Amino acid sequence: MTDQPLNAIERMATVKQERLHARLKQRYNRERRFKAYGVASISAGLVFLAILLVTIFSQGIPAFQSTFVKLDITYDPEALYIDDASDPDQLRYADFDNAVRQSLLQRFPDVDGRKETRALMSLISTAAGYEVRDRLIANPDLLGQTETLWLMADDDLDLVMNGTIDRNLPEEERRVSDLELTWIDNFIANDEIDRRFNTTFFTRGDSRDPETAGVWGAVVGSFYTLVVTLALSFPIGVAAAIYLEEFAPKNRLTDIIEVNINNLAAVPSIVFGLLGLAVFINFFGLPRSAPVVGGLVLTLMTLPTIIISARASIKAVPPSIRDAAMGLGASKMQVTLHHVLPLAMPGMLTGTIIGMAQALGETAPLLMIGMVAFIVDIPQGFTDAATVLPVQVYIWSDSPERAFIAKTSAAIMVLLGFLALMNLLAVLLRRKFERRW
Amino acid sequence: MQTSTLILIVLLLTAVAYALGRQRSVQLARPNGGIKTLHSLPNYYGLMAAFWTGIPGLLVLIVWSALENTVINAAILATLADNYANVSESELSLTFSRIRNIQLGTIDGTQFPELVLAGERLNALNASSQFGKVLLSLVIAVLGGAYAWLRTSPKLRARPQFEVVLKGFFMLCSTLAIFITIGIILSVLFESIRFFQSVPVFDFVFGTKWSPQIAIRADQVGSSGAFGAIPLFVGTLLIAAIALLVAVPLGLMSAIYLSEYASSRVRSIVKPLLEVLAGIPTVVYGFFAALTMAPLVRDFFQGIGMDGVSAESALAAGLVMGIMIIPFVSSLSDDVISSVPNSLRDGSYGLGATKNETIRLVVFPSALPGIMGGVLLAASRAIGETMIVVMAAGLAANLTVNPLQAVTTVTVQIATLLVGDQEFDSPKTLAAFALGLMLFITTLLLNIVAMSIVKRFREQYD
Repeated sequence: MTDQPLNAIERMATVKQERLHARLKQRYNRERRFKAYGVASISAGLVFLAILLVTIFSQGIPAFQSTFVKLDITYDPEALYIDDASDPDQLRYADFDNAVRQSLLQRFPDVDGRKETRALMSLISTAAGYEVRDRLIANPDLLGQTETLWLMADDDLDLVMNGTIDRNLPEEERRVSDLELTWIDNFIANDEIDRRFNTTFFTRGDSRDPETAGVWGAVVGSFYTLVVTLALSFPIGVAAAIYLEEFAPKNRLTDIIEVNINNLAAVPSIVFGLLGLAVFINFFGLPRSAPVVGGLVLTLMTLPTIIISARASIKAVPPSIRDAAMGLGASKMQVTLHHVLPLAMPGMLTGTIIGMAQALGETAPLLMIGMVAFIVDIPQGFTDAATVLPVQVYIWSDSPERAFIAKTSAAIMVLLGFLALMNLLAVLLRRKFERRW
Repeated sequence: MQTSTLILIVLLLTAVAYALGRQRSVQLARPNGGIKTLHSLPNYYGLMAAFWTGIPGLLVLIVWSALENTVINAAILATLADNYANVSESELSLTFSRIRNIQLGTIDGTQFPELVLAGERLNALNASSQFGKVLLSLVIAVLGGAYAWLRTSPKLRARPQFEVVLKGFFMLCSTLAIFITIGIILSVLFESIRFFQSVPVFDFVFGTKWSPQIAIRADQVGSSGAFGAIPLFVGTLLIAAIALLVAVPLGLMSAIYLSEYASSRVRSIVKPLLEVLAGIPTVVYGFFAALTMAPLVRDFFQGIGMDGVSAESALAAGLVMGIMIIPFVSSLSDDVISSVPNSLRDGSYGLGATKNETIRLVVFPSALPGIMGGVLLAASRAIGETMIVVMAAGLAANLTVNPLQAVTTVTVQIATLLVGDQEFDSPKTLAAFALGLMLFITTLLLNIVAMSIVKRFREQYD
């Protein structure tokens, strides 16, 4: 049988089978490729996320340290133009920069000429004079004496120290001249320069000088804004969700409300800024740049998010709970307030925290209502002019000074830190209280 | 007395009313045999008394505070001579600030004897308004409390009444969504109408030159202002299109992989990680786009020998925006794909199709309407996105579709026109509201279409 020649039908079957195998192989290859596309697109997203975070963190970490220079400051009454350190009037007009200048000139005696002196002064932060003044105010006895202080260095010096400014560049392409570099090297050789943790960044408000700019003003502003947002959006959002889930009749009004809520969730945030500007500031005359207005605008923005999540968690409470309470004679309102609401609360809180995180990261509407102003002071209340963290990031990213790149990245790190914390809290809350019925 | 103190006092009265109402109900019930003879628990009597005290008092306070300034200003205006009264709005506010400054002593008032007089009248009116506000709100609050006190009796149905009030409050909160929408529409509409009085609608919608700078003085060199919004629309669409070209394939493939191929372990790790992309504030993306992506794009295209690549290219902004909306597309498509019933998949497998054939030929076509809805939502997101384009796309209103050039978008213009000091009678600031109106209408339409598609899709398989 085996050596019999195959007949036509059998030959055809073999050919067909071979074709089928070839085709199957092709189809399996296509399957593999398709799967690879999926993996590739997910990796693309994740790789981008990694690049984003690594870029920002590597740019931002230097900003958490700043450079200090050791100087012998003489509280010379003649250089300061004062004779009594306890007289506030004299202190106000005293020339503390001069004290710093004299000390620097003493340190580098071969410097002469206006230009070189100015270059020398540019090594030290403009805030150094205030530091010296504060020292003297705290200890009036120091007048006429000399003490060794670690004074904050200028941002350019800081950039040299952390390697952002490349020493090997030709002088004309570098912000720091060769002369200034020799001074810096002199400081380094004598161990009179040091990089320390930058407390200024966490305790001060905004500043035009990168080395004295801090993020604390923005953190406080964000805090006040979020307090207003939370105080308004949580009760209103929960009340609206309760009404829509438990009480609303199925009618036209309810439909309109639902469509509106879903639409508002997708309206661009900048439009809420326009609303805030036209209604709160122009019509009601509320103060510009104030956390209370920012909070109001963000409330309108986060309200849909909170309502939608609160409705979902009310829906998740099984009807048997309601039936049981009804059966014991509770009124509809008592069922809702005593049983449904407590059971839905963890879910509502999770949704609220996520809404707050969104509000914390929001920038565009706050630009409209003037929270983009340059504000040095730490806000003391809900109506003080303030800025918020993301707006601070925006302001700094617009600044021409090189050192602000690091500051911006560091501010972003602080912002991301807060966001991560809030999301973590939401996840933990969900883990702890989530109930499957 | 400050308004905040007054509010505190009214709230304090409310608390007192609660305590008194509660106590009174207990007292009334005692001779009849304890609180079990009351219709409702004592708490509800207290709450009812509190409502009667607090709500009317606060209402009076709010209404009075809201109307106070308008009424006083109108009264002052009525007494002023015609040359002050019949002037434009900005001159009016100048007059009022002058009155205030004379009162403060920063301006010498001898030149304007009428304004000095008006200032004194203003002060008197303010003082009496303040007095009236305090008196009326406190009296109303106390009267309300007294009424509740008199009404309290064991037969009073306190709980149902409390529940009606609370339900009314719940309903009010839920209708807030409607008021917000109306507020948005009105606020952009009014200013837009004022804008269209100085710039014709046709010129705005079909003009091809955008240059909102207006000469302050007549003899100034510069433009008379051009408000043709076409370059902005084109720029917006260009950047949104680039973003969608990035986000739709990547997001869709991620969603397909996650919902059809990935094990539940991989899914539970990868999905939240991808969603981190959506949680990062847009200002961070903007910073990254401007500082890292834009130079990269420019260097790359200059490296392959192309000239005229702008430092603020539409491509850089679009790419980063695309990455940002990946999780948006992927989570929406994920929902849609997993709601395609398994019977369709099983049928396809039963006919011998491979997994990818099933997905491409069966699952994807039946999920297509839902996916389209998701893409439209993503598009509306991309059109309304502000910070990335403000920081990375630039201000030059070039009418171009070349992604390597700088373009500007509707949102960028709104932001730049309105940031900083501004007056509300120049077409420059009003233009921002007209653009806002356009933006709102566009995104609204996109959202409505998208949501109705998604809704219809859901109903198809439910």
